[in-house]
Amino acid sequence: MKHYIVKRLLWMIPILIGISFFAFILINLSPSDPAEVAIRVNEVTPTAENIAQMREQLGLDDPFMTRYLTWLGNALQGDFGNSYVNNKAVGEEIAKALPPTLYLAGVSLLIIVVISVGAGVLCAIKEDSITDQVIRGIVFIGTAIPGFWAGILLMWLFAVKLKWLPTSGMTTPASVILPAVTLSLGYISTYVRLIRNNMIDNKRENYVLYGRVRGLKEQTIMKHVFKNSLQTSLTALGMSIPKLIAGTVVIENIFAWPGIGRLCVTAIFNRDFPMIQAYVLIMAVLFVFCNLLVDLGSVWIDPRRRREA
Amino acid sequence: MAEFWNRFKNDRLAMGVSFFLLMVISLAILAPLLAPYDPTAQNIINKFQGPSLTHWFGTDQLGRDVLSRILYGGRITILVSVLTMVVTILIGTVLGVIAGYFRGWVDDVIMRICDIMLSFPSEVLILAIVGILGMGITNIVLATVIAKWAWYVRMIRSIVIAFMDSNYIRFAKVAGCSTWHIVRKHLLVGAIGEIAVLATLDTAAIILNISALSFLGLGVQPPTAEWGMMLNEAKNVMTTNPGQMLAPGMAIFMVVAAFNFLGDSIQVALNPKINKGFSTKRYSLFSALFGRRKKAVTQ
Repeated sequence: MKHYIVKRLLWMIPILIGISFFAFILINLSPSDPAEVAIRVNEVTPTAENIAQMREQLGLDDPFMTRYLTWLGNALQGDFGNSYVNNKAVGEEIAKALPPTLYLAGVSLLIIVVISVGAGVLCAIKEDSITDQVIRGIVFIGTAIPGFWAGILLMWLFAVKLKWLPTSGMTTPASVILPAVTLSLGYISTYVRLIRNNMIDNKRENYVLYGRVRGLKEQTIMKHVFKNSLQTSLTALGMSIPKLIAGTVVIENIFAWPGIGRLCVTAIFNRDFPMIQAYVLIMAVLFVFCNLLVDLGSVWIDPRRRREA
Repeated sequence: MAEFWNRFKNDRLAMGVSFFLLMVISLAILAPLLAPYDPTAQNIINKFQGPSLTHWFGTDQLGRDVLSRILYGGRITILVSVLTMVVTILIGTVLGVIAGYFRGWVDDVIMRICDIMLSFPSEVLILAIVGILGMGITNIVLATVIAKWAWYVRMIRSIVIAFMDSNYIRFAKVAGCSTWHIVRKHLLVGAIGEIAVLATLDTAAIILNISALSFLGLGVQPPTAEWGMMLNEAKNVMTTNPGQMLAPGMAIFMVVAAFNFLGDSIQVALNPKINKGFSTKRYSLFSALFGRRKKAVTQ
């Protein structure tokens, strides 16, 4: 186990360096000069003079590696530079927008776990029954329906037509319901399918046959089947947490949720490079750490692999 | 291969779905000939018309014909998605075959690069690239290819490795067939089915992706018709004319569902033992999605 953890942690180093490097060169890959963009977004006409001044201010004339190291050093201290648009500190803006996004993703995760475990187990126990087939039908629709379409349809039905829930923003506690449900739809479809298939695979195993032969109650057998099929589902669920956070982009824009997804899309419209860069870096680091936790968790949860590692 | 066609032909739903997709693609290609109106021609007096004989799907907030916009929109949504898929599959096949066939250090290098690429969530990568290169459909395609190729390399590599283990390829090697011959006549012929499954399922995902970006306003710019874009416009008039959300949403939904279904059907026809629609194969696709963790997942 120790050996495995050390190996896994060491592998993080090149990945984190790769990520930070990528986030940094993104701006240099841009077809337009960052200094010119920084000037243009404030609706000032770029001239040779103010471009030179801006380059100086942004430190664009330094050698590449110096710039990368300065940027990385600052980023590690939470300083991602200032926004081109309003000159506010990017780090602060993101720190303000991160909690709403995490809140939204957390509520969605709760919905996903509750519904997909319920429906998945139900489907597996009543394999091929009417219930199973109906749920499978709904799941099939769920995988094909575009999230943003489902979002605006739900918004129209519950907020505009029935007026049960607020249309957008984060004003009342009920505001989170529509965006969270919309966000979880696609994932629920995936997990119902996954949990069902895992449990059905497990039901064909010899230990289930043995349990039946021993005359164990069906309930007890199902408990074992569920426990054994949990590992794959947990791994997949852990993997999807960062995807869930990244996936809030579209939903936040539909429901005007004040999170980082909305911040990022606004930044793209405004060509606010430091903001985009910070978003990419934070998301990728989050993704890598979630992967790490899932990897370690999946080894820890399985006694066979724990001993092996 | 012949067996596969027989099974596929006897699957009526699969044939129906293929026919539907062929029809949709031809409609998209032939849009300029078929569309009754110019998709961008405005006629404000005629706005928000319900479905009628002159405007089958009604008109939108600027009095443009919705049917024509759907037809022209399909050109962008479907054709661009298919193009994106073809490019990614090509890159994936070339690198995946190289990595899976030669193994050794070549494999190591390719896979490590893929690992780094895959440590970014693809949604974030796409946003980042579009953010830097600027908005527009070309940049979205480019971003999608950059974000997805590594995943295909990994998938196709694992398919290739499975085939490399089979006896007929070992025999071909022992018999002294050239690498090119083995790859072309044995490996690709064997793997084409599984690659086709990947390609169909992912076309669906790409359509969802591209229309979502257009919905956000990052892709196609108005007044060009595109399904995601149309939904974006429909959202703004939701309170007064909710009917506007129907046509473009249904269009995306039906095409995506059809591609998903086709992928499942090809899989069933390739391997009839698996449970239709909810195949365990589908689940192995899912586990392979998390490549590095594949060992953990299959245990």
